[in-house]
Amino acid sequence: MNTQTPLYAVHERAGASFTDFAGYDMPLRYSSDLAEHHAVRERAGMFDLSHMAEIAITGPEAAAFLDFALSNRLSALSVGQAKYSLLLSDQGGVLDDLIVYRLEDSDFLVVANAANRHVAFEALVKRSAGFAVEVADTSDEWALIAVQGPKARAIVDASGTLCESPLDELGYYRIAVGTFHSETLYIARTGYTGEDGYELFVPQALAPALWDDLEAAGAEHGMVLCGLACRDTLRLEAGMPLYGHELDRDHTPAQAGLGRVVDSSKEDFVGKDAGAHPEEGVPVLVGLQAEGKRAPRAGYAVVTPEGEHIGTVTSGALSPTLGYPIAMAYVDPAHAAPGTEIAVDVRGSLLRVTVSALPFYSRKKVTP
Amino acid sequence: MSAVPEHLHYTSEHEWVAIDGDVATIGITQYAADALGDVVFVALPNVGDALAHGSIVGEVESTKSVGEIFAPVAGEVLEANAGVVDAPDTVNSDPYGAGWLMKVRFSETPDFLDAAAYRALIGV
Repeated sequence: MNTQTPLYAVHERAGASFTDFAGYDMPLRYSSDLAEHHAVRERAGMFDLSHMAEIAITGPEAAAFLDFALSNRLSALSVGQAKYSLLLSDQGGVLDDLIVYRLEDSDFLVVANAANRHVAFEALVKRSAGFAVEVADTSDEWALIAVQGPKARAIVDASGTLCESPLDELGYYRIAVGTFHSETLYIARTGYTGEDGYELFVPQALAPALWDDLEAAGAEHGMVLCGLACRDTLRLEAGMPLYGHELDRDHTPAQAGLGRVVDSSKEDFVGKDAGAHPEEGVPVLVGLQAEGKRAPRAGYAVVTPEGEHIGTVTSGALSPTLGYPIAMAYVDPAHAAPGTEIAVDVRGSLLRVTVSALPFYSRKKVTP
Repeated sequence: MSAVPEHLHYTSEHEWVAIDGDVATIGITQYAADALGDVVFVALPNVGDALAHGSIVGEVESTKSVGEIFAPVAGEVLEANAGVVDAPDTVNSDPYGAGWLMKVRFSETPDFLDAAAYRALIGV
């Protein structure tokens, strides 16, 4: 029996198709993957992300603890700031990728992938020994709703949420406290689509009311309800890794192109030995693009034009925005330079692909 | 709710077959099209190809995944629907009509599922 989010009944009424994701029944799509994808790029889309895990880190040594437990320097965050971070194994593999929000001086919110909820929580608890902090899994208290796309601000602004500061002053990768129906919610300017947008943490009991409210506010802006199918193509276009595809215990951040997320200048942290640069000769993550309509898919072999095996595709799709196939893959570093012509074995026939810089898609401007 | 027209034959691979004399018109069911999501690419056999029953003869690809087309009958390809190659979304919008995939001349037919059996298979 899968877990249902507090919005399951709302999705069912909206006609969602569901899929199992990390043990949750999540909306895969409401209408059409492509229509939902384009709506986020052009207008706005709303996602239920309540399966994501929330872990609260509180206490006088919260910042020092996170500097030790995670890959980068979270003590450098100011209150209200967010940062992408990694939970590394002792060997430097990736146990999870996370967003860390500093809510107060000694109060952080860590958002982990649903599939890694317990791994992340247990690792953080274990690493907290000796620190004056409390690590609490608060996932069952919060629902998470994302509104993404160029119209997101107007929609959140027109909803019944009240933010402590004007929404247009909330910068990218910032979080602010707000209220909804007299309860505390958090409004973060973060996302996983490559568009501007917001993620709203709301007490679970209020999630259906907030969803309805945002849906009503979004109507005049052409906002659509979005499932996980388009979330995947959106993040792929934006070159964002997905845990279990581009990230896992067997690859270091440096191999995944995430060396910038590891601060090796820190004195001590779990996974420090992995280093910021990939070891000589290990596969590295690259972007691939092709012509035509056939997409490389996760697990397909990457080969040289002569057919020699040099890597594996981790994610791929026909890009709805760009109109050509895009993919990410781990390949032999000798073939990883942008512009290199290689190929992917697509069910027995070789598809010529070109190594391409990531991301494939960037929105035109980031409004401050 | 996936439509399952009464007059068609079905396979457990979620294909439909319309029989007219010794010609079978073949497509994928609405259930299959819905499960795939937006179809963005269709690969079909060439006219004149000889198909072995059950062999993979084409692909229907969506943004999300790939569905293979298995020949529901053995025979010779008379026609491949260029309309769905040019406009793959026709498979979603009209799976039993303009979204047909190919016409095959066959010598004998296997046992198909009827509409009731197919409805039972997909649980509608």
